[in-house]
Amino acid sequence: MSEDSVITDEMRAAIGVESEPGVWPIELGAIKKFANAIGDSSVLYTDEVAARQSPAGGIIAPPTFLRLLSPGAHKATYKMPYREVLDGGSEYEYFAPIRVGDTITSTVTLVDVFEKPGRLGLMLFRLNETRYVNQFGQLVATQRSTSINYPDQE
Amino acid sequence: MPYFNDVSVGDALPELKKQATTAQLVMYAGASNDYNQIHYDAEVAARAGHKSVIIHGALKNAWLAQLVTDWIGTTGTLAKISVTYRGIDYPNDPITCKGKVTGKRSDEGRNLVDCEIWLENGEGNVTTPGTATVELPTR
Repeated sequence: MSEDSVITDEMRAAIGVESEPGVWPIELGAIKKFANAIGDSSVLYTDEVAARQSPAGGIIAPPTFLRLLSPGAHKATYKMPYREVLDGGSEYEYFAPIRVGDTITSTVTLVDVFEKPGRLGLMLFRLNETRYVNQFGQLVATQRSTSINYPDQE
Repeated sequence: MPYFNDVSVGDALPELKKQATTAQLVMYAGASNDYNQIHYDAEVAARAGHKSVIIHGALKNAWLAQLVTDWIGTTGTLAKISVTYRGIDYPNDPITCKGKVTGKRSDEGRNLVDCEIWLENGEGNVTTPGTATVELPTR
């Protein structure tokens, strides 16, 4: 197993470049399906009458529904050295609710790339920031996420 | 549903128990559009060094968010949630999401409460620590 750095100039050049946008109409069915899959029966995601009587004023998307609203392709593409990938962590910040009927545009920017030795060999960490904007141009949320790529374990 | 005035540092959040079946992982894969085979194909998971298919990190994130939103109800607002996937979790293992209040502050007229949150596996080990900030109404 090689311990040499796999970070390329191509990868470094991709830092700070915003992706193509992903454009996502927000549908009630997708919210209900997501809430059911995570096992969260809050009325805010499932019951329009009860949700309308709450401060939210209607059905909203669960906090991690954002995961579904993928940005478009990276403009600056770079080759990944490893096939195996793990999700390292996530930080969401919320500024406004996402409602049924909204259209959310998401873009992602590579913020940093670094390496650390670990249990699975020399691991490649990529820190990305995704921005979610609604049809009114309002920033509704951001996510900073860490992806970890590592060498094949055979 | 808690009011800002009534919350104290050290308060525990009501625990949230979860136990994923492999069927739930497939439902989550579909609902979240995440088709990484490590979550539903045992051979792929074994090749990556795991004893079985593994729970999506983002599903654990969803559970920790639910821990907080169940606590604050429909009158509070989740402002921020941060999680680190430190350990792998597996379907059928009984999982408990826990949290406690670590701070209270007012910022530009918003009454914010900071929490430490974490997810424990069936052996009581913390696999997924994190933090959350919520905005609560006042009495």
